[in-house]
Amino acid sequence: MVWRPTLAERRENKKKDKGAAKAPARLAVKKTYKLYLGGAFPRSESGRSYPVTSADGTHLANASLASRKDARDSVATARKAFGGWSGRTAYNRGQILYRIAEVMEGRHGQFADQLVTAQGIGRAEADRIVSAAVDRWVYYAGWTDKFAQVIGGSNPVAGPYYNHSAPEPTGVVVVFAPQDAPLLGLTSVLAPVIATGNTAVVVASEAAPLPAIELAEVLATSDVPGGVVNVLTGKVGELGPHLAAHADVNALDLAGTGDQAVEFEKAAATTLTRVLRPGPETDGGEEAWLDTDPGTSRMTPFLETKTVWHPVGV
Amino acid sequence: MSHTATAPEATTNHALRAYLYGLPGVDEVGARSRAQDLSTRSIKTTAKALAIDLAISMVDLTTLEGADTPGKVRSLCAKAALPDPADRTVPKVGAVCVYPDMVATAVEALRGTGIGVASVATAFPSGRAHLDVKLADTRRAVADGASEIDMVIDRGAFLSGDYLKVHEEIVAVKEACGQAHLKVILETGELVTYDNVRRVSHLAMRAGADFIKTSTGKVAPAATLPVTLIMLEAVRDHHAATGRRVGVKPAGGIRNTKDAIRNLVLVNETAGPEWLTPDLFRIGASSLLNDLLMQRTRLSTGTYPGPDYYTQD
Amino acid sequence: MIFEYAPAPESRSVVQLRETYDLFVDGEFTPARSGEYLTSLNPADEEELARVAVAGEADVDRAVAAARRAQETVWGRMSGAERGKYLFRIARIIQERSRELAVLESMDNGKPIKETRDVDIPLVAAYFFYYAGWADKLAHAGFGPNPKPLGVAAQIIPWNFPLLMLAWKIAPALATGNTVVLKPAETTPLTALVFAEICQEADLPPGVVNILTGAGETGRALVEHPGTDKVAFTGSTDVGRQIARAVAGTDKRLTLELGGKGANIVYDDAALDQAVEGVVSGIFFNQGHVCCAGSRLLVQESIAEEFLPRLKARIAKLRLGDPLDKNTDIGAINSAAQLERIRELTDTADEEGVERWSPDCDLPESGYWFAPTLLTGVSQAHRVAREEIFGPVLSVLTFRTPEEAVAKANNTPYGLSAGVWTEKGSRMLWTAERLRAGVIWSNTFNKFDPTSPFGGYKESGYGREGGRHGLEAYLG
Repeated sequence: MVWRPTLAERRENKKKDKGAAKAPARLAVKKTYKLYLGGAFPRSESGRSYPVTSADGTHLANASLASRKDARDSVATARKAFGGWSGRTAYNRGQILYRIAEVMEGRHGQFADQLVTAQGIGRAEADRIVSAAVDRWVYYAGWTDKFAQVIGGSNPVAGPYYNHSAPEPTGVVVVFAPQDAPLLGLTSVLAPVIATGNTAVVVASEAAPLPAIELAEVLATSDVPGGVVNVLTGKVGELGPHLAAHADVNALDLAGTGDQAVEFEKAAATTLTRVLRPGPETDGGEEAWLDTDPGTSRMTPFLETKTVWHPVGV
Repeated sequence: MSHTATAPEATTNHALRAYLYGLPGVDEVGARSRAQDLSTRSIKTTAKALAIDLAISMVDLTTLEGADTPGKVRSLCAKAALPDPADRTVPKVGAVCVYPDMVATAVEALRGTGIGVASVATAFPSGRAHLDVKLADTRRAVADGASEIDMVIDRGAFLSGDYLKVHEEIVAVKEACGQAHLKVILETGELVTYDNVRRVSHLAMRAGADFIKTSTGKVAPAATLPVTLIMLEAVRDHHAATGRRVGVKPAGGIRNTKDAIRNLVLVNETAGPEWLTPDLFRIGASSLLNDLLMQRTRLSTGTYPGPDYYTQD
Repeated sequence: MIFEYAPAPESRSVVQLRETYDLFVDGEFTPARSGEYLTSLNPADEEELARVAVAGEADVDRAVAAARRAQETVWGRMSGAERGKYLFRIARIIQERSRELAVLESMDNGKPIKETRDVDIPLVAAYFFYYAGWADKLAHAGFGPNPKPLGVAAQIIPWNFPLLMLAWKIAPALATGNTVVLKPAETTPLTALVFAEICQEADLPPGVVNILTGAGETGRALVEHPGTDKVAFTGSTDVGRQIARAVAGTDKRLTLELGGKGANIVYDDAALDQAVEGVVSGIFFNQGHVCCAGSRLLVQESIAEEFLPRLKARIAKLRLGDPLDKNTDIGAINSAAQLERIRELTDTADEEGVERWSPDCDLPESGYWFAPTLLTGVSQAHRVAREEIFGPVLSVLTFRTPEEAVAKANNTPYGLSAGVWTEKGSRMLWTAERLRAGVIWSNTFNKFDPTSPFGGYKESGYGREGGRHGLEAYLG
């Protein structure tokens, strides 16, 4: 499901078009949308791209059509970044996530413009979605140094042992972003993954990949180390089977996999990859992700509990 | 490198410290759990009969009271020579252990029995006296006929880090012993940690101890199973490193047959069966002997005897 | 002198075995529809202990229906406090019948009575006691103000800790208001059937606990039955994969406790005597039939020469033999099939040039036995260093630096357990932090407690059992 403008909105857009001059006074400089891999913005190694259109069919840009090789590379780069990112202090991760919110806020208008153009929604609604996305980063920035206290703790074992359980990130998480919620939905699934110290390979919304790349630009300028988040644009059907069965992937968020969720879950079984099945937000658009307090529900699926025993003696 | 190598030749406090702190540590919980595990060994029938006789032969029958009199000591010696008047097959005990001023009495009472006299010495139990006094104490006991000396170490010196003083005292007492065997009492209850027990065991062995002994019996806790376990590990390691076998003597708190057998299991499975002899393992005790005798009777007759059938000394 | 311990066998008379055991469905023992039985052997002497019904699809249907009925009409509606009281009552009966259960477990499984008496059965009671207390406090467990049971749980347990694994599964499921259909392992069904009697003795409402005996096919039918809401499995990683695949696309929740290849890291400053003990208990506890066993010893090269003779001397003291003898340290291998697997894998080590050592040790003539075995000169490339042997076989590897120790320890698809031996606190924490495993035993090994979450990383499965964490798997 792609976010579709209402009929009234489309008429309004048409009217604007009619009023436009045939040649603009100044030709706008359009952005080339590329992948986000290891902190850089490369084209797909395959050299392929695919057209991205607005809701009413207007061509917006050519997005990179990521290949299996790109997927493999992104897992490798996410793995490489995992040690450093999970090893950062929780406070530092919180600072960086808050920084993402700051930088995103500064580009608020740009994100809203993009939602209006790409999704054909009204300006007010777009503003609300962007604000919610910014606030979502703030929300998870605050979680980074709290979830371990909420989820972990010491265990009163019946013996002379100090016994402590603490959550740890599971590793590399492949996030299939929601198809119909390219900004707030994407933020809602990505932020908890990296807040907890995992690194991510994001497969962006197939039909609306541009906000994901805009977000990548924010990440790239927000002190998020390269490789912590990698964004692939392309086809879930092409990348998904490969990523789901990849033995060096620790977990999958299947939010945006639609009918292929079952196939991917089966593929994941081979290496006991953790799976978060699509939830009740599926097909609900950005609106479905507006809950301002999702709690730990999207963090715990990507956390392992480690329990350490140590004798207590002199 | 080896954890059980002998200490460097030149003995300074610094060198001793380096040696002792180079020994592997002891995890208290792990040591307790190992001792606990071994104490669940079930020793029955023939093995039990064997163990009881062995334990009797290892008892250092002891009286160390301020109220000791020649009469009390003579009666203890009679008990040592003939533990069970009703059963001549009972083995004789390892030794009789008394204060230095009772050595002559004990030697006289034990003449012809083949049982030796052990004397505590060196200002037992506190050890708080000048070295010349300790040495005089030792020499006098040996002169009176003691074949074994149970000295106490200077715990204050050990706890204050003066390992050299502890070492030198043991060397000096050993020399004063002449032919008598030297048992070094560590008083582990005052050293508290198992790391200290291991260190002091190696220090005493290095200084020439023939036996290392847990306690005076005047301080609690005395001979606990984990402490004995750690000392057995120390003599095992010392043997591996030097080829010399040093004995172990738990003393204090071993009151019944079950306790004694648990100690023998510990010896068997830690230092090894070579240590299952009175030459290398002793138990310092007084009331234990009667319980061993009662259990011995029960095993051979199948009925439970009463305490009135055994001599009180 | 030689101090031979005389035999000290625990009496079998506390166990009253029936000739045949039927399925426990809806509070009653009923025969399987097929009328088929399998035989449970004592692996220590290959003697037949009892015949046990083999449940088929029709029986799974009945059991799931009974569990559903009980969940919807009785158990799910009962107040937490009342549910808890049933569990407390079960815990007490287990304590009262502990010697009987310990002896029976040793007979059916082959593990030493020392372990069933001092570890397995006391822990079984402790798990029920622990989760009993949760039943009326679930709102405080951190899973929302009004957590709900999932419904019916299908539970499949292995043969290595038969009754303990039953407790790990049933206690949290019942405390949270779920009902269960549990399948014990084919070779060790008997204590689960006595547990069924205990449920009757405790007046547990019919259908809350259903026990279906049988082999792999019974397990498959239970996993694939559409009428359950939850699958919980402990066993091999291979079967775990199949189950994960079978559950994909359903709404069933899944937790898996699978295999392991635990590393036991001994640093050069370790408390050596305790480290030796820990390494020994890490691999020889329960004949090495332990998913979290420390089956790879990683010893720092600078002390390897000193450590290995100590380890061998200690292994030579292990007493192998009659599981019911109170002095037995190592019992029988659970089955002929498992013995074959241990032999086969260990033989590959011979072919790959690994040095193999076992103490002089007489193996009984009947029954399934394998001497404690040390493999030295093992590298990460050897099969014995990578595959789970699930037997009393320890592979010895060395390392030079802490980084290398961690890298080697983590170099496995498994991630269940690991051990660290050092007297230096900061090094312990540094190492524990980097080990990718769910349970880290530092200066100890193979310790379990109902308050302490247990479970793996990576291919050792997912979900946690034990503690507050263990409730999550049964709450929606």
